Amino acid sequence: MYDSGKILLGLIIFIGLFTFPIWYDLASGEAPNKPNIVLPNNEEIKECVASTEYMRASHMDLLNEWRDLAVREEKRIYTSPTGKEFEMSLSNTCTNCHSNKSEFCDRCHNYLGVTPYCWNCHVEPPQMEIE
Amino acid sequence: MDKNRRKFLKLTALGALGLTAAKYADLFGNAVPTKLKLDENDTKIRYAMVIDLKKCLAKKDCKLCIDACHKTHNVPDFKNKKDEIKWIWKEEYEHAFPDKENYYLKEELKHSMVPLLCNHCDNPPCTKVCPTKATWKRDDGIVMMDWHRCIGCRYCMAACPYGSRSFNWRDPRTNISELSYDFPTRTKGVVEKCTFCNVRIVKGLIPACVEACTEKALLFGDLNDRKSNVRKLLKDNFSIRRKPVLGTEPEIYYIV
Repeated sequence: MYDSGKILLGLIIFIGLFTFPIWYDLASGEAPNKPNIVLPNNEEIKECVASTEYMRASHMDLLNEWRDLAVREEKRIYTSPTGKEFEMSLSNTCTNCHSNKSEFCDRCHNYLGVTPYCWNCHVEPPQMEIE
Repeated sequence: MDKNRRKFLKLTALGALGLTAAKYADLFGNAVPTKLKLDENDTKIRYAMVIDLKKCLAKKDCKLCIDACHKTHNVPDFKNKKDEIKWIWKEEYEHAFPDKENYYLKEELKHSMVPLLCNHCDNPPCTKVCPTKATWKRDDGIVMMDWHRCIGCRYCMAACPYGSRSFNWRDPRTNISELSYDFPTRTKGVVEKCTFCNVRIVKGLIPACVEACTEKALLFGDLNDRKSNVRKLLKDNFSIRRKPVLGTEPEIYYIV
């Protein structure tokens, strides 16, 4: 190969520049663009059905489990790790607090490029429409 | 050698037939209803409905039950027979009970409009053909549907002899006049039907249609409970069911 040194050097520089965003994020420890999620500012409700870490990573698994239990086994009461009881319902329990779908659910889903089809059927509660 | 091969093939075929016969024997056995399913010692709940046609037909053009059901469950109205979604609907007596269509019918019954809904059969043909288990019979007798799982193949619609199932050819959201927030809508490409108000029953309420009827013509109760309202009514009155000869054991009773 002619000019192999120059070509290899060029390739390394190119790949380095091309993957710069990844290196930058890894070095700085956080992404420059993050979804700006707005939490519900309801004073009365302080407790979610599970910890924030669990919900952030696995809320979709929890919802799928709720769905199967409620529809297929008619079990509709969920007891959280702290002992509190909730109705297993997306539109009646989750959205009671997280009523700001556009600022909570949508912002993160859009950021990650996922399009859950929950809302094709499940109705957004009236307080969501006001947002 | 030739003879041996023939023998071998014959035996193999016979063996395969024997192995599969046991599994499919009930396909033929259940075709004719032979027994009344009611077991007096059964302590399980068996939900059923009794419709008193005398009371119902007294109020012509009444559709309170239909309105209540369709509003509760976000059933769209496309104002068009082709796209119609039915949970509870009205049909002429002669069409609802084709095997009881005498030429000289009782005057009130002739061309009368009878309320129909899913029969929640004891031997439902629809659940057996569903390839995804999106519909099944619950222990309390309700023929349930899981719309999450329905792939819209419409086998169940072909299997149901009562026309109780409807397919969403179009997006139902566009034709719901007043959204009920407690219940989901369906989506295009999904089959839907009456679920006996399972969400209301679990909260201790009676079905929306029964609650809405001002004539008390619809009655909902437990068929396995000897002292229940439905059993009492069935004991005191002559009742008919839709196409019982098919062996589906429908659990909606009509008092005529």
